[in-house]
Amino acid sequence: MRTILPFGPQHPVLPEPIHLKLVVEEETVVEALPNLGYVHRGLEKLTEIRDYNQMVNIVERVCGICSCIHSLNYCEAVEKLMNLEVPQRAHFLRVMWGEVHRIHSHLLWLGLFADGFGFESLFMQLWRIRERSMDIMEATAGNRVVISTNIVGGVRRDITNDQKTWILSEIDLIEKEVRALEKTLLDDYTVKRRCCGKGVLTKEQAHQLGAVGPCLRASGWAQDARQTGYAAYGQLDFEPVVEYDGDSYARSKVRFREVYAACDLVRQALAKLPEGELACKVKGKPEGEVWHRVEQPRGELYYYIKGNGTKNLERVRIRTPTFANIPPLLAMLPGCELSDVPVIVLSIDPCISCTER
Amino acid sequence: MFANEQAVSVDTLIPECQKRFDEGLRLVGVSVVELKKDDAFDLLYHFDKDLELSHLRLTVPRLEPVPSISGVYFPALLYENEIKDQFGVNFQNILIDFGCTLYLEPEVVKSPFCTFTYVKKEKGKEEA
Repeated sequence: MRTILPFGPQHPVLPEPIHLKLVVEEETVVEALPNLGYVHRGLEKLTEIRDYNQMVNIVERVCGICSCIHSLNYCEAVEKLMNLEVPQRAHFLRVMWGEVHRIHSHLLWLGLFADGFGFESLFMQLWRIRERSMDIMEATAGNRVVISTNIVGGVRRDITNDQKTWILSEIDLIEKEVRALEKTLLDDYTVKRRCCGKGVLTKEQAHQLGAVGPCLRASGWAQDARQTGYAAYGQLDFEPVVEYDGDSYARSKVRFREVYAACDLVRQALAKLPEGELACKVKGKPEGEVWHRVEQPRGELYYYIKGNGTKNLERVRIRTPTFANIPPLLAMLPGCELSDVPVIVLSIDPCISCTER
Repeated sequence: MFANEQAVSVDTLIPECQKRFDEGLRLVGVSVVELKKDDAFDLLYHFDKDLELSHLRLTVPRLEPVPSISGVYFPALLYENEIKDQFGVNFQNILIDFGCTLYLEPEVVKSPFCTFTYVKKEKGKEEA
């Protein structure tokens, strides 16, 4: 017998408002349909009343967890439009803050993932480690989440040599402490039982359904927007983290290993941090159109921006990674047990704040 | 105008998308801009293969029907439903048509992101 079950908009394992209509036969999901719009904020529309500099603060509020990477994308897009030459030091600092954001986002998700299995202690350990990344942001930018360091033309904050040394020691501690928890989380019988072979997205499906980020890479695609070399990534050694099974377990492993990769990138960025200015002078108003993408913790993010030579942009279009990962999620769910739905939904690391920008 | 951009018409949109699908290009997203002076929309379809981007640009007068590409690229259905909600672009034959209720409440009649377009709600499509 077919039954339609509502999942969300509030669910204990996912305290964000997404609603899924699940069509189930007995205990098996046969179809899933999304329903969005519970908290849509219409931020793109604000381009009509806020100038292009004020928009930096608005795009940072699309999502708290990756606010720095939103503003990085937006600023780089406007800089491209206005042909600005951003100082090298700003590029490297942007990488540093971006990767610290990635660490905090992945540790947040890994904590929630552990919580999803009822591993409260592990959840608290992961969030305790995450506090180190929050401390780095607070010490360098004065804020823990929305750090507002990016501006059009560069960055507004600098770090001292003492801070650099301290950040490197904190990054070492983060990596050491996360490594100590790897076996506890990824070699656990319950975790494997609940994740291996669940919510499988094949390599072909991942590509055809437009999956991005860890969802794409966990299905065997070595693609990461950081390979395009934006900010200072082109001057750093970087290889995407890839897994091949395409299941919830593979997606978790990608995120776990990406914490190490992010630590490595912070070390590289600080080691190569050049001296110099933090921002260039900005003259004129943006005119024309531009398309720019970066890699968020959840995957590829793109901004389309159109300027008309005034201080207000004509259009800012933001495509966030969770929006791109909803069609793959709809392909992961059919065939799974009803009890696996929360873990599979969690495995795409959904950010409804980003989706409902 | 972007690098690797190609202009398409309503008639050539789906064949061009099918060609890209067959060549293994991934649909990255769909963007829309309201061209207020021309009373039209610019629809931009973004594709990627091995980090190489290409774009299709379709300029359509307001209210003119636009064929959905969701039959070729399934994920396009979310983008098209979003654009239909917010801008009132008249997409036809979307695989799952939310009838302008993906984001909007059933009683909303004006497209919030657009200057002049009004949402056309069809009976029976409020709940997809």
